[in-house]
Amino acid sequence: MPAKRTPVRELLFGNLWEYDPAPETADPNIQSRYQLFINGSFRAPLTKKYFDSLSPRNAAKLSEIPIAGKSDVDLAYQAAEKAFSSWGKLPGKERGKYLYRIARLLQDRAREFAVAETLDGGKPIKEARDFDVPMAAAHFFYHAGWADKLEYVAPGRQVSPLGVIGQIIPWNFPLLMMAWKIAPALAMGNTVVIKPAETTSITALKFAQILLDAELPPGVVNIITGAGETGSLIVNHPTAAKIAFTGSTVVGKSIQRALAGSGKRLTLELGGKAANIIFEDAPIDQAVEGIINGIFFNQGHICCAGSRLLVQESIAKQVCQKLKQRLATLRTGDPLDKNTDIGAINSSEQLKRIEHLVQAGIDEGATIYQPACQLPKNGYYFPPTLFTDVSQSQRIAKEEIFGPVLSILTFRTPEEAIEKANNTPYGLSAGVWTDKGSRILKMSTELKAGVVWANTYNKFDPASPFGGYKESGFGREGGMQGLLDYATID
Amino acid sequence: MNRLPITKTPKCYVGGAFIRSESGRTYTLHGADGKFHSNIPACTRKDVRNAVEAAAKAGAAWAQRNAYNRGQILYRIAEMLEARKDELASAIALTDTDLKQAKREVEITLDRIIHYAGWTDKFQALLGSVNPVSSAHFNFTVTEPMGIIGILAPEQPSLLGLLSMILPAISAGNSVVALASESRPYPSILLGEILATSDLPGGVVNLLTGSRKDMLETFASHAQIRAVTAVANLHERTAIQSAAAECVKRVQFFSEEKPIDWESANQQGLYAIRSCLEFKTTWHPVGV
Repeated sequence: MPAKRTPVRELLFGNLWEYDPAPETADPNIQSRYQLFINGSFRAPLTKKYFDSLSPRNAAKLSEIPIAGKSDVDLAYQAAEKAFSSWGKLPGKERGKYLYRIARLLQDRAREFAVAETLDGGKPIKEARDFDVPMAAAHFFYHAGWADKLEYVAPGRQVSPLGVIGQIIPWNFPLLMMAWKIAPALAMGNTVVIKPAETTSITALKFAQILLDAELPPGVVNIITGAGETGSLIVNHPTAAKIAFTGSTVVGKSIQRALAGSGKRLTLELGGKAANIIFEDAPIDQAVEGIINGIFFNQGHICCAGSRLLVQESIAKQVCQKLKQRLATLRTGDPLDKNTDIGAINSSEQLKRIEHLVQAGIDEGATIYQPACQLPKNGYYFPPTLFTDVSQSQRIAKEEIFGPVLSILTFRTPEEAIEKANNTPYGLSAGVWTDKGSRILKMSTELKAGVVWANTYNKFDPASPFGGYKESGFGREGGMQGLLDYATID
Repeated sequence: MNRLPITKTPKCYVGGAFIRSESGRTYTLHGADGKFHSNIPACTRKDVRNAVEAAAKAGAAWAQRNAYNRGQILYRIAEMLEARKDELASAIALTDTDLKQAKREVEITLDRIIHYAGWTDKFQALLGSVNPVSSAHFNFTVTEPMGIIGILAPEQPSLLGLLSMILPAISAGNSVVALASESRPYPSILLGEILATSDLPGGVVNLLTGSRKDMLETFASHAQIRAVTAVANLHERTAIQSAAAECVKRVQFFSEEKPIDWESANQQGLYAIRSCLEFKTTWHPVGV
């Protein structure tokens, strides 16, 4: 006789008790206009052009950001090349001390940077405060310690820096991605020319002041801003020994093409469409939290988001029901509010893309679910969204949405789960939820992805290499493996 | 009366079988003395695609063989090659005349095979890691083969260059589609026979001969070839990288313009294997 099913109990408060607003009030110290950071000083762009940086929170203007043109990029590369001749020869322990200083100075001003990051990018303050900024500092601290231990990175061989590295980073984790790029490059003895994403340049330019306060020699780090055009100037500059890019697969491919024949090194950290696989023996409540974190962390603006949920058929109904209940408790709204779980979509452009793909999901026959929630009137917002009845051929199951949208598919056997999970040109990350140890190891072995989270999701650490298989790019960031991508081995 | 010797019809080694090109075409190989030697298969794009299919079929099982077993199979290749080293030296000297140097090339090649036979169960421990993350997780990074690796071998040294590129790839658990030296293809024909009599499963190494110009584009653009390692000139490097971008293929080049000392110990070892690997990091919570 089947066990009697008791309905899941749920506390329903309706709108009896509203949350009071709990905005973070620290001063983000944002200037009304920023300048390029070249050769250790702030300078106006030779283009004399600036663009407005808007806060996605309310679409209000935050600051003016310079547009670097060809002459500006030339100056940045000249400065970096000149700096390389001494920075690359500096004893590792001295280089390390600069990186330690940077880590410490960033920790000192963590709250200010967190608020600036939230205003500029739209992510919930609790994520900027508890994840982005501390993790950025941790990356500098971790790599600082490598600088005088490089002989252990490639035992038996001599490693040396490559020279000037051109780096281009995305808008989803502006400060953190900058730390991921700069810290290992500098520890190895390279110098850099780095460009933050157009919509999120503010914390990068604020960070320039930390470099000055740390007395980092001029030219070791040059920060230039602008849109795709500036990016292509960085990629195609003859001085660059290597290009390190994080961003979309489409742009990554165009960079790989652009570098053909140049002899420049390249690492790419591109898009993903990760499968998050839930087996019937998984601890369901923990798995539901993991699914939520996997797709709604940073509004789903993350290349490793668990955007394809694969649930074993026997528990699909239960998981969907629990997900819907959990969704009802998520707070979407003002990212500056400490209670906010899902903040603002980074830009109106990205919002349009999400809306377009969600519409495609509806048109192609998937069933949409969105909880009732009131979104702020101004700014760019999108409610957390689930799709059921999704088939593998639908666009929402194939394309990277880069938003708070989860597609739910089912499977029966582990083999089917592996097959479906790997059925994508991407291969950045995957999740597995099961109580069975041997199954975790088997799944981890079979999944074609650079990072596998087992019974957890979206965890990061400077000591843990991150990067993809297949069209999710090549090269690693973090750990010993990532460091070697900034060196030649002789 | 002199006995007329039986001459060999050169065949490529693909999927564990000996094939002539699907196109039916050949090109003529002459010795350094200008005398006719044989008709070498002029493989085409179709042959590359067939070889990729064979490599895909054999690849998964090869990757799953345990490391000790892969090491023994590599050692077995050396055993088979040692027995035919004079024949190989003559095959090299056929176009390069210096028999003494040819013998030296074969000996270095042999030692290189043994070198890699010993790496198959060691590189994982040196390249992988357990990572000290600052949260309650067990976090480790392991190496995995990339899949199918396309190899464009140098014109010379025809045997040592070819095997120096194949060995790290198969040691790491990849399968290989390799295009041998166009002007000095005969050692690769013998190598196919040697591999066939070693314990290497058919399809793990597939050897093609023919015009590089005809096949380069397919090596670069075929989505199932996950990485290309090539000794190439600037024009070829540009073409390969451009086409490889379509599927974010990994490329590794040796510039043809710069002399490469293939005999050097720097052309072998751990970091050659590393460039044929992916890194996978797994997280798991620690708790009760």
